[in-house]
Amino acid sequence: MDLVELSRLQFAVTALYHFIFVPLTLGLSILLGIMETVYVMTGREIWREMTKFWGILFGINFAMGVATGITMEFQFGTNWAYYSQYVGDVFGAPLAIEGLMAFFLEATFVGLFFFAWDRLSKIQHLVATWLLAIGTNLSALWILIANGWMQYPVGARFNADTMRMEVTDFMAVLFNPVAQAKFVHTVSAGYVTGSIFVLAISAWYILKGRNLEFAKRSMTVAASFGLASALSVVVLGDESGYTAGENQKMKIAAIEAMWHTEPAPAAFTVFGLPNLKTHTTEFEVKVPWVLGLIATRSTDRQVPGITELVDEAKVRIADGLVAYRTLQEIKRDPQDSQLRDTLEAHVGNLGYALLLKKIRPDIENASQAQIDEAAASTIPNVPVLFWSFRLMVGLGFFFIALFAYSFWLSARRRLDRYRPYLWVAFLSLPLPWIAAELGWIVAEYGRQPWVIEGVLPTALGVSSTSTGNVTFSLLGFALFYSALLVVDLFLLRKYIRLGPEAASSPAPAAAE
Amino acid sequence: MDYETLRLIWWALLGILLIGFAVMDGFDLGTAALLPIVARTDEERRIAINTVGPVWEGNQVWFILGGGAIFAAWPTLYAASFSGFYLAMFLVLATLILRPAGFKFRSKMDQPAWRSFWDWALFAGGVVPSLVFGVAFGNLFLGVPFRFDSDLRFHSDITLWSLLNPFALLVGLTSLSMIMLHGAAWLNLKTLGTVQARARRVMPIAALAFLLLFALAGLWLLKLDGYVITSAAVHDGPSNPLLKSVARAPGVWLSGTGPWVAAAVAVAAAIGGTLLRSRPLAAFLCTALVPAGTIAAAGLALFPFLLPSSDQLAASLTVWDASSSKLTLAIMLGAVVIFLPIILAYTAFVYRVLRGPVRAEDIRSNSKTAY
Repeated sequence: MDLVELSRLQFAVTALYHFIFVPLTLGLSILLGIMETVYVMTGREIWREMTKFWGILFGINFAMGVATGITMEFQFGTNWAYYSQYVGDVFGAPLAIEGLMAFFLEATFVGLFFFAWDRLSKIQHLVATWLLAIGTNLSALWILIANGWMQYPVGARFNADTMRMEVTDFMAVLFNPVAQAKFVHTVSAGYVTGSIFVLAISAWYILKGRNLEFAKRSMTVAASFGLASALSVVVLGDESGYTAGENQKMKIAAIEAMWHTEPAPAAFTVFGLPNLKTHTTEFEVKVPWVLGLIATRSTDRQVPGITELVDEAKVRIADGLVAYRTLQEIKRDPQDSQLRDTLEAHVGNLGYALLLKKIRPDIENASQAQIDEAAASTIPNVPVLFWSFRLMVGLGFFFIALFAYSFWLSARRRLDRYRPYLWVAFLSLPLPWIAAELGWIVAEYGRQPWVIEGVLPTALGVSSTSTGNVTFSLLGFALFYSALLVVDLFLLRKYIRLGPEAASSPAPAAAE
Repeated sequence: MDYETLRLIWWALLGILLIGFAVMDGFDLGTAALLPIVARTDEERRIAINTVGPVWEGNQVWFILGGGAIFAAWPTLYAASFSGFYLAMFLVLATLILRPAGFKFRSKMDQPAWRSFWDWALFAGGVVPSLVFGVAFGNLFLGVPFRFDSDLRFHSDITLWSLLNPFALLVGLTSLSMIMLHGAAWLNLKTLGTVQARARRVMPIAALAFLLLFALAGLWLLKLDGYVITSAAVHDGPSNPLLKSVARAPGVWLSGTGPWVAAAVAVAAAIGGTLLRSRPLAAFLCTALVPAGTIAAAGLALFPFLLPSSDQLAASLTVWDASSSKLTLAIMLGAVVIFLPIILAYTAFVYRVLRGPVRAEDIRSNSKTAY
């Protein structure tokens, strides 16, 4: 593997590992807040036990989120140095504000949550718990503002004197529509994860015939909060699809394996086998109109197909080459204002010209055939996106059904009646993680070859370090994370088996 | 506010954030580094670990924020230093990754081998970062071999072995002794009995080691070739390091009075902290000034350099050519002015709630939930 592939693999591994722990932290923190609120309002001890028990599991998971999160903050610098240099002026700010506004809040109050039950009044402790939950959710907001900018780089322009992108409109970066949609979609997915976690483990207690009152109350909270969240994930997932249609046309065309533009409104392909070589989809099953409605919110606007988008890319590459050649002249003669005007007129497509760097270093001499090759490289891996998306959406609908049924059972006080239901609830435990990781594959793998959509190709973003270094760190991280994940799962299992009794009663040290 | 002032403010803020990290995370790194010395039995270990148990997560955010703030305000420095010091950074990250797991997982199982493994992980997570950050600082004074091409892409010949040179190792040990002194002062404040007595005995030894190493590093620095900007000073120009020229000159690092004043503060604080060790709070506040003075001395000595290049001198990163745009610096300054006081306020509140030493009874009565 070359440097770019190794660096991408390391980022993918560390980010996907990190996101095993993040959604559970997001969801459980709110659920802890809800449970403790009920405790403070009703004064019933069982709700305090619930907060403490789910809190122990939250803590084990939170530690892993912190451990894997440290790498993420520094990996842009270690492995994506040119990316950091090229867009740090824009991308660094939300990351730093995340630290100031969110990380400090969650990391400071998590200490009080665990260690200050006896040192704070009921209300004070409740406030600490909610500040922890708010901090956790705010950190998701800022990291998704940063990620949203990578998908839809608004509010910035290229500066020839510093050879990088610089902020021109910070409000545009903050209120980026892609970032807003991603935030709501991602935190809702976290709430679903937390709810399924509580639902599944409580179902296991009922199946074992133990801790019934505790488990049924926990399930009721999980079912109602989970139902609202699962509806929000799907409704606002649709919102993400809509914005992707506005500025990431290639991603949506790839998700749909739509090789050619269809007359509006486009059909949605429920099943098919996309073929990367022939640019066709075999065994298609289509539902008319649905895609056009999702992507354009209209019945008359077209959704462009992959072939048409590649043709558009060819034009943009040729235009970007004008910007690139002008930039080389500006380096020789920085004072010439006419050159600056020319650059300004074409700089919007500079990123497209940079796609050629993967083919030849002296891109100003690129032939038409090479431009065509670069344009073709804008097609992401269609079958992977097509199926990841469908699996994720399928799971989303399953979660709605599961929570709705749980809610109905809970309202009729029959949560402990049907063993097949309890088994389904228990076995659903891994599903929200699968859905969340698939979501990131669609979002990130789906915008390749770009690290910043239309601005910077991924292959250019890497550090100039050796493949040996990256192989070493990749293996190191994979080893560390895997070992820690095994320990994490082992401890979670141990504390789930010990049950709520372990959390509340001060057991002697030699209990087992 | 003009660009030059913003850059100066952000240079100061960079120092303040690094000092915040060294002071706040410093005492829990130091506590972990002292674990095998001050705490021998499992209960003593648990007492020591639980002094930092509720606060280490918040403290570690100073490190994360330092990274984020360098990214936002000094993106060129962020790109160059972290990719240039690749394996050193990996070493730091790997040991810091073990820390959260060590704190959270250690006492969740009873087997002695399990607990001993995590004690060593915590120890490594305390020693390695303290040492490596010092080594990195040492290399700043020597300069490291890197270049920029005309696209401002960073290239370097830095290897882990070239970073581990005698001068840098000396600075690394200085840093480690300073962190251990601060950690011992923390344990002196937050424990009683045996652990406290041992921590109190460590303080003069750590202080003496720090003073000797710090003095030696200072003497060495007088002999070293420093770096100076030789072209006309443009303090509000574009952030492009290739627009200036730089030369090497002997003795320039310590030519100003600033580093001497800051170093004097560090020395006085190390002595004062040790002398005051029977008054734990005063001693701890004193040892907090040691990293503050040391980092300020290093920063003032290097000024205006951030990361000098020994290979392509002009590529050296300085305060005047490695920052973000004026707009980003202004926005980030606004964010710091709003949030830093709030952070300090609630951090102070949390320390107030958690005040008082950790006792053996606290561990026994919360055996399942304490660290």
